[in-house]
Amino acid sequence: MEKSDSELIAEVLEGNTPSFEFLVIRYQPRLFATARRYARRESEVEDIVQEIFSKAFLKLSSFRGEAPFEHWLMRMAVRVCYDFLRTHQRSKETTVTDFHEEPDWLERHAGTETLDPSQADGARELVQQIMSQLAPAHQLIINLLEIEEKSVKEIAQLTGWSIPLVKVRAFRARAEMKKILSRMDHDKYL
Amino acid sequence: MKAQDHLNQLVRLARKIPVDSRVPYAFEKRIMARLPKVQLPDLWTLWGRMLWRSAVPCLGVMILATAWSGWLDNPSDLSDIDLEAAIQAPIQNLVEASW
Repeated sequence: MEKSDSELIAEVLEGNTPSFEFLVIRYQPRLFATARRYARRESEVEDIVQEIFSKAFLKLSSFRGEAPFEHWLMRMAVRVCYDFLRTHQRSKETTVTDFHEEPDWLERHAGTETLDPSQADGARELVQQIMSQLAPAHQLIINLLEIEEKSVKEIAQLTGWSIPLVKVRAFRARAEMKKILSRMDHDKYL
Repeated sequence: MKAQDHLNQLVRLARKIPVDSRVPYAFEKRIMARLPKVQLPDLWTLWGRMLWRSAVPCLGVMILATAWSGWLDNPSDLSDIDLEAAIQAPIQNLVEASW
């Protein structure tokens, strides 16, 4: 029978470090999925996931068990991803040009029901290209609020920001995103 | 208005992208191998760390105390005779006691 999170955590805290591996196996797919929303290169994704697990291991004693371990881990994941975005801000000038040859990509594929694997890769690349032009906080909030469809309260818990701050940043993020899309439209990239 | 349409299209498109939760082979082994070593600090390490940390404040206190005592007792008042008398005081006491 599989051990619960709290049993595994208790074992790790008692000094049985190998028990942490079961937690890694259990949560790594979720963390990889999250990290891939923020980083494009696979090596960066792996670095992010590793950083999350290292932090989780070091701070495991501060986990009080009031909320599920997964929530605690996801809060850590969001903060590591945000730190990653802040330290890897890309140049705003070196984007969108790759999509010059496919100006109506967004319009064509936004309406389709499902994406085949090659379309999904293209869509992921396009979304990340556009998102990377946003400020890190705006990128994070668009991901959480619009794409992952989390509530303002959930985002406040995940990021540690206050609810009014989340709302303000969401408003500014949408405005910045519209500005970028208008510019692209103006440049005939869309 | 067109920007809002594009934003909606982008969000719709992003939501349709399948979640990619693939994990590289034996990634958990890599994590376990690179876990930071958590060592419980022993008492001697803590004591040594405390000593090193207190070294600078102690040095500061020592310098201040030296400066203060130097300022209180003007060194020019201390003549060679006074120094001699101070050093010989215990001997003098012994001599007087023997009489």
